[in-house]
Amino acid sequence: MTYIIEGQTGDWEVVVGLEVHAQIASKAKLFSGSATEFGARPNTQVSLVDAAMPGMLPVINEYCVEQAVKTGLGLKARINLESVFERKNYFYADLPQGYQISQYLKPVVGEGVVVIALPGAAPREVGIERLHMEQDAGKSLHDQDPRRTYVDLNRSGVALMEIVSKPDLRSPEEAGFFVRKIRSIVRYLGTCDGNMEQGSMRADVNVSVRKVGETGYRTRAEIKNVNSIRFIMETIEHEAERQVEVYETGGEVVQETRLYDADLGLTRSMRAKEFAHDYRYFPDPDLLPLVLSQEYVDTIAATLPELPDDKNARFISDYGLSPYDAGVLVAERETAEYFETVARGRDAKQAANWVTGNLFGALNKKGLTITASPVSAENLGALLDLMADDTISGRIAKDVFEQMMDTGKAPGAIVEEKGLKQITDTGPIEEAVDRVIAGNPDQARQYRDGNGKTLGWFMGQVMKATGGKANPKLVNQILRAKLRE
Amino acid sequence: MSLDTETVRAIARLARIRVPGDAQDELANELSNILGWVEQLAEVDTDGVAPMTSVADMTWPRRDDTVTDGDCRAKVLANAPERHDGFYTVPKVVE
Repeated sequence: MTYIIEGQTGDWEVVVGLEVHAQIASKAKLFSGSATEFGARPNTQVSLVDAAMPGMLPVINEYCVEQAVKTGLGLKARINLESVFERKNYFYADLPQGYQISQYLKPVVGEGVVVIALPGAAPREVGIERLHMEQDAGKSLHDQDPRRTYVDLNRSGVALMEIVSKPDLRSPEEAGFFVRKIRSIVRYLGTCDGNMEQGSMRADVNVSVRKVGETGYRTRAEIKNVNSIRFIMETIEHEAERQVEVYETGGEVVQETRLYDADLGLTRSMRAKEFAHDYRYFPDPDLLPLVLSQEYVDTIAATLPELPDDKNARFISDYGLSPYDAGVLVAERETAEYFETVARGRDAKQAANWVTGNLFGALNKKGLTITASPVSAENLGALLDLMADDTISGRIAKDVFEQMMDTGKAPGAIVEEKGLKQITDTGPIEEAVDRVIAGNPDQARQYRDGNGKTLGWFMGQVMKATGGKANPKLVNQILRAKLRE
Repeated sequence: MSLDTETVRAIARLARIRVPGDAQDELANELSNILGWVEQLAEVDTDGVAPMTSVADMTWPRRDDTVTDGDCRAKVLANAPERHDGFYTVPKVVE
């Protein structure tokens, strides 16, 4: 599974570290009382603090601190009881303060670990370097006017968690799985909605390459603000290839900030920010150090929900699921809850098959998420019950499921309404079998002459004659008996 | 510690302050004096002394997560040199 770039001079591997920016799911901003809701009219969610008017003082949002600590605990990381907010100084049109309040030397969360499991590979630990809180900047629109840039400060001051990984990732796929895992964890915790389309989660991608066998790291390039998992994977692929080519043509990779151009499928240098690297951090004199008590951290730890890895392990041991099925089911908290409702007191393997197969397929076709599923978990469970007690056959169940998907009705009601109850009385089945055999003497002779395949054909005919409602097991038994007569 | 004019130019650039060429030597000199004066503090032994973060012994005030502010576009845009359609507008920032 190793990802290798074959160059002219030998094999290269890629070294990737990610900085994932996750917006804290708070109602108000990190240091002001303005709203954070997505999609508001420009500059309507801006207070005088966010606009950096002189004399305004930041006051921290308690809830945001709690979410950062909770996320740190979810990343199995050390919580620093004392952390410090610093000013990161740079000039940009959408940064009214002239600095971003961030954490630098003393972040609220230290080292942790996340486990990623790629299909067909052993689970692997990826180190977390740190998590710190910081303010988001405003938004610049460059395409509204040929000569002006438009600035909307609604995002200015929104609370972000920057989650920094160690340079432990070795392929685009691993990076993709890592981001999915982080998203899964923050969604389980409810600390970030993980919505990449709305920019609630985005990543800076640090990429370097080295010859296979080298142990040190070479110079890296940072690709800023990549806003989808697909783009994160693409940008690593393209940037690694570019760096290999630079080295192999006798050049040197320079440490710089680059942007990913998805249309052209390449990264390019952001020359405009060449001078912006000297951020001159210093502790923000408006803010005291953030001091937390161990008791406070323990209280939060006690409220943590079961996280994806623990759930995954439990699904495998308690329900006997394959690691693959368990992985698919725990990726989203809602899916896991749905599955457990269906599986409770029923055949778990069958429940998993229905959820990951029929349900996912049908939802996909309709473009719906599981929370918007017309078939509730209770109703899917009821459908499995109808199969278990032989009220309907597996084949009919598929039809009933389709109708549940279209109407949202309970399976019992559909079976009743359409008269789909399985025929388990031998009388009507025998009648149908007699009719089919009498009508097809040639095929019946073939069977008697030893052509076993014709049995399947007869099954199909009898099922057709009974509208698919006959119990297949009974049909099989009766057919065999009658064909032998 | 003394600053050379090269460093002064870099600092001026980071702070977006235009310093004419003939003023740079003098500025370097003044800044060096200030740094030298502050550096006297280094003579004090501060090993094992926690940094003083505030003169008042106080706990940090914190806010609840409720929306209490914002929705004052006219006010926040009032001092902007340029605005259009509810946006601030600035000379094009080319990336």
